[in-house]
Amino acid sequence: MHTQYMSIRHGLLALLEREPMYGYQLRTEFDTATGSTWPLNVGQVYTTLARLERDGLVAAGEQDDDGKVRYAITDAGRAELREWFGTPVEATDRPRDELAIKLALAVTVPGVDVASVVQRQRASTMTSMQDLTRLKRSGDPSLSWSLVLDAMRFQLEAELRWLDHCETVLTRTGAPR
Amino acid sequence: MSTETTPALEMVDVSRIHGRGDAAVHALRGLHLTVLPGELVAVMGPSGSGKSTLLNLAGGLDQATAGKVRVAGEELGSLSKGALAALRRRKVGYVFQDYNLIPSLTAVENIALPLELDRVRTREALAQARAALAEVGLEGLDDRFPDDLSGGQQQRVAIARAVVGDRGLILADEPTGALDSQTGEQVLALLRARCDLGASALLVTHEARHAGWADRVVFLRDGAVVDEAGSAVTPAAFLAGRP
Ligand SMILES: Nc1ncnc2c1ncn2[C@@H]1O[C@H](COP(=O)(O)OP(=O)(O)OP(=O)(O)O)[C@@H](O)[C@H]1O
Ligand SMILES: [Mg+2]
Repeated sequence: MHTQYMSIRHGLLALLEREPMYGYQLRTEFDTATGSTWPLNVGQVYTTLARLERDGLVAAGEQDDDGKVRYAITDAGRAELREWFGTPVEATDRPRDELAIKLALAVTVPGVDVASVVQRQRASTMTSMQDLTRLKRSGDPSLSWSLVLDAMRFQLEAELRWLDHCETVLTRTGAPR
Repeated sequence: MSTETTPALEMVDVSRIHGRGDAAVHALRGLHLTVLPGELVAVMGPSGSGKSTLLNLAGGLDQATAGKVRVAGEELGSLSKGALAALRRRKVGYVFQDYNLIPSLTAVENIALPLELDRVRTREALAQARAALAEVGLEGLDDRFPDDLSGGQQQRVAIARAVVGDRGLILADEPTGALDSQTGEQVLALLRARCDLGASALLVTHEARHAGWADRVVFLRDGAVVDEAGSAVTPAAFLAGRP
């Protein structure tokens, strides 16, 4: 739960990097950016915004004529966001699809070097693959443990193939690199 | 330099340009790569990124347009034809992307050939070849001709041929392409075991699970190394730390 909260938090920061937005708008934009694979409810958006504001990562603007408030990212929020994009998702504490969501957002945020996000992730995922292979070689030779390790290795392999795919698509479409 | 600190393979600022003028293809652009004794290094990259070119240069089958390639400390560009051929026979085992078996020789004769060319007595060469064939899981197929073997079996004969004898540097271009996942893993375990005994291997692969067996994985793009995963110890640091 904690890690998922972390991702919503960074997801909202990524959207606010484009322009200040209303809470309900953030929810729709989040759905669009992630292809509705991870729908948010309004409650999650407002709780997260409140925490972001508490931590100084976003600032609420003036109320407009309809009494609604737009949120804007702060410099501290921007720094936090760069840090997130700059850090590969760890194989061990990864909530489902965080990586896919990170990349989906990365292509929409101006100034993010998507190719290097992909590259860093690939090196990190490959290192996990090497670690698991080393475990398989040296550890307990029981069949069931070996099959569990294989399951994880096949998952990492799928992720690496997908990263290669992302890179090819990004190169072909000349998306921000 | 003692043999222990001499890299098995050193490629320094290596470029390879095919053709000239407008038709020139830069297959490698200023590539640097060092493989230490005992290291298994995997090379990954999209089709056309220069992986086979890299291996051909490392094995002395092709010549660099610029830069230096050293195998066990010997610079390939400075060797005579005869000396290069001898070094390739004795020190380098090569698994080609398309196997390259000799159709008129049986499986075991194909494997024994490099040993015999190196004047190992026939009986001894055949015995070593049979052992290598068994290691890749093909015992009993000694006398089959390549045409009577499946693609995956031919590929394993090619692997046995590359690892037979005490070749210090094994170069393998997609050696698991025709193999099912379990047989592919066995081949990787074999290469790994050779490296754990002190040989070095450079392995081109599209399969991340196989690259996972390597000490280091280098990623190639457009003829240059763009990234690397694995081992916290870089070859430079390793060599610097040696007396
Ligand atoms: N003899 C040649 N003449 C001209 N161009 C060549 C020659 N050999 C290779 N090339 C070119 O050099 C580049 C690198 O080729 P290389 O065979 O090294 O790629 P690769 O990474 O092994 O690809 P694959 O994964 O498809 O095997 C390619 O653009 C290829 O077309
Ligand atoms: Mg090739």
